[in-house]
Amino acid sequence: MLSKRVVSCFDVRDGKLVKSIKFVNTKEIGEVLGRAREYYEDGLDELVMYDITASSDRRNIMLETVEAVAAEIFIPFSVGGGIRSVEDATSLRWAGAEKINVNTAAVDRPELISEISQAVGAQSTILSIDVLRVPGGNCPSGFEIVTHGGRNHTRIDALAWAREGERRGAGELVVNSIDADGTKDGYDIALTRAVADAVGVPVIASGGAGKPEHLYEVLTVGGADAALVASMVHYGEYKVSQLKQYLHERGIKIRMNY
Amino acid sequence: MITILDYGAGNLRSVERACRAVGEATVVVSDPEGLLDAERIIFPGIGAAPAAMENLVRIGVVEALTESVRKGIPTLGICIGAQVALDRSEEGGTACLGLIPGVTRLFDLKDSGLKVPHIGWNEVRPTRPHPLLEGIDAGDEFYFVHSFFLDPSEADDCFAVSDYGGDFCVAIGRDNFFATQFHPEKSGRFGLSLLTRFSTWEGGAC
Repeated sequence: MLSKRVVSCFDVRDGKLVKSIKFVNTKEIGEVLGRAREYYEDGLDELVMYDITASSDRRNIMLETVEAVAAEIFIPFSVGGGIRSVEDATSLRWAGAEKINVNTAAVDRPELISEISQAVGAQSTILSIDVLRVPGGNCPSGFEIVTHGGRNHTRIDALAWAREGERRGAGELVVNSIDADGTKDGYDIALTRAVADAVGVPVIASGGAGKPEHLYEVLTVGGADAALVASMVHYGEYKVSQLKQYLHERGIKIRMNY
Repeated sequence: MITILDYGAGNLRSVERACRAVGEATVVVSDPEGLLDAERIIFPGIGAAPAAMENLVRIGVVEALTESVRKGIPTLGICIGAQVALDRSEEGGTACLGLIPGVTRLFDLKDSGLKVPHIGWNEVRPTRPHPLLEGIDAGDEFYFVHSFFLDPSEADDCFAVSDYGGDFCVAIGRDNFFATQFHPEKSGRFGLSLLTRFSTWEGGAC
């Protein structure tokens, strides 16, 4: 049987691992390459890097970072952040990213998903969605797609968008709860479950992880195929191997030999 | 020196990097001459079988690839490289290389509730000894990304299986040719050790 995956997310600015606080402020918390290598050796199943570099030569900095990481870790990893064209996607793939992660630019122009999927294959195309709960709002499911950390409402229903992403050729979805993000109170289980039930492609749950129990919950009740962790490992509260050991002991199928 | 065949099928750079990480020099070729002179060949690939075969035909390497395998050059196929090594693929009804008898088939898992593509880490269980699988124990996991699976006609050509709604073959081989459905270049230290063994493999099973 397939194993569930523990995925770590790096927000990368100017080649450094940073923590973004509500998408506004950032502070540096480590070196990308050193952390990537450390987590890889400690059993990480997959890495996601989001480029949040603001400067104008951002593309080159990120390509260099991707190249450096690709030379040292031999697990799948995806790159996202500011990808607006097939050209962006193919240059990142050439630099060593296994998968391409699109988000805001796909909301602005959904054809981008189809174009990237055609160019690099559905298996290498990930759609990330940022979701806010909007009870009684315009969205039938009660979940709305937002951008810019939740500041921009799109009036797009999250479940409809997830289905459209799959239809357009996304091979996986990252479902990021803006409500849960940064709380460390656990993933949005209802949201993750609703998306997992709505699509046939694997779902990576994101936002809210603070304790090993949260991963267990989202991988079981939440129906997720993978759980994304950031602060809880970046600040040294838990090691990747500890999280995996915990999940393994609770009967989750997970890769334990690495 | 490992020769990597470039026919526009994706993950070649990952393979190159993984070979370098195990101390092997690589050269990338996309013409028939480069293949026939090779010491050993990696035939990678990700994507779709029809496009892969079209590209192999377009750059004119089908005969050279078949010939270099026939004359004994140790060759490792990966993912699509494994799928097109069989006689044909159900993906687009594609005629393939026929290096090993068999068919690449689409997963039919509708009743099981399992998702296709099969993406992620799964256990690989060697079923017959092979030099390239030495040191791999049942339960060691490798990284997969695919919707079609290998179905060799002769049981002796299958060297390992994985379970996804039932056992399916994940490694095929015959003489100096070996191919895996999983990605050694993305499978951590077990994947790298397979590449290390390939770098000194002279062909042949145990």
